[in-house]
Amino acid sequence: MKRVQFYFLAVLCLQLGLPLTANAHRAWFLPAATVLSGEAPWVTVDGAVSNDIFYTDHAPLRLNELQVLAPDGSAVEAQNPHTGKHRSSFDLQLTQEGTYKIAIASSGLRARWETADGKRGGWPGRGPNATNAPFEKAVPKDAKNLEVSYSSRRIETFITAGQPSTKVFTPTGQGLEMQPITHPNDLFAGEPAKFTFLIDGKPAAGTKVTLIVDGMRYRNSQNAIELTADDKGVVSVTWPEAGRYWLEAEYQDNKAKAPATTRQGGYVATLEVLPL
Amino acid sequence: MKKTLMWIALAMVPAWSPVQADPAPTDGQSYLALTVPNIDVAEYHRPYVAVWLRNQDSGEIHNISVWYQLGRGGPAGKGGDDKGEQWLKDMRQWWRYSGRRLDMPVDGISGATRQPGDYQLALQSTLSTLAPGQYVLNVEAAREVGGREMLKIPFVLPVSKVAVLTAKGESELGEVALHLVP
Repeated sequence: MKRVQFYFLAVLCLQLGLPLTANAHRAWFLPAATVLSGEAPWVTVDGAVSNDIFYTDHAPLRLNELQVLAPDGSAVEAQNPHTGKHRSSFDLQLTQEGTYKIAIASSGLRARWETADGKRGGWPGRGPNATNAPFEKAVPKDAKNLEVSYSSRRIETFITAGQPSTKVFTPTGQGLEMQPITHPNDLFAGEPAKFTFLIDGKPAAGTKVTLIVDGMRYRNSQNAIELTADDKGVVSVTWPEAGRYWLEAEYQDNKAKAPATTRQGGYVATLEVLPL
Repeated sequence: MKKTLMWIALAMVPAWSPVQADPAPTDGQSYLALTVPNIDVAEYHRPYVAVWLRNQDSGEIHNISVWYQLGRGGPAGKGGDDKGEQWLKDMRQWWRYSGRRLDMPVDGISGATRQPGDYQLALQSTLSTLAPGQYVLNVEAAREVGGREMLKIPFVLPVSKVAVLTAKGESELGEVALHLVP
């Protein structure tokens, strides 16, 4: 990986409380169920960062920035949150009928440069002398090779009690987001599904999407499905089998707002596909 | 869920008493015969069974019957519970096409789970109200700590002549026979 990219990723990981060691680590939520019936059912959700999809083999997903949106768009508190060595978990009681969204999102400027005497600098800072001073003040006047990026990252999953609803899909307009065309809690093996990707609220043409189904430990290859979003930011997939899928999307362009010169978005969702 | 409705439905659905079979409603009329098979396992629970019709042209769904664990000891909040509704989604296709839009229990459709045996469900009054077209009869069964099975029988309305259309389950359902009478 190019050094610059790695630096951005590293800072991003720190911001999210993710481990830094390698980009092979994958962050995810894993709900115990995504389609529920009955009166105000409970569901438990795990969150982790791992090498193998849905095996808790590395680090927990920190819940500091956890957001749970109820079907009416209001924020809901997670119950019984716990962060262990390899995973976090929490419970939700689905008191409203409809679709809930669980998300962790962050975004912001990242910069790196070299000073006149050849030292490397970065913002926001890291290490003991780190500074979160305003970006303009942090960058030295004589900085060389200044590179500024606007990065965003979002990790999501969806859970529905009773009849699916769509209010929680309303985009925030910040960073890379998925706007479902096919409802993400209405996915069945052998059927097609479509999702739109948006960057800062606009279609993210060319977004690279990877889908990996669970059960990696019991097969010899990743079995990844690779897709690219069309001009309208839309990807289509026909689910080859039932299971829980890890969806990762990545987008990059040079249409960032100043002072950034590049814009990067990362998005992850866990989707459950049921058998017919 | 409407608790009062549930209480009324409990009082009205005769099949609530666990061993009672439906009375044969079949004299010269369309009906569905279905078998809940004997399954020899250490832990047996009666299956949830949903029977519904789908109009293949309009996609419209007509529920015939949904057997599930109704509340025990009266309505929820008055000593009883509706915990059985938690497993309705295991009849996955029924849940998708109809169940998730319903406020269970539904009068005339909801019923208690049945023990293994042969059952007959009256269809004549439902079929006589439906628009002409291509239909599929769906029978879906899901059993706690067991499996799930779904059978489909396509047919055409209006019925032109007496016919018996059958499908055979392999695990959770026995024979299903759709008896059609014009």
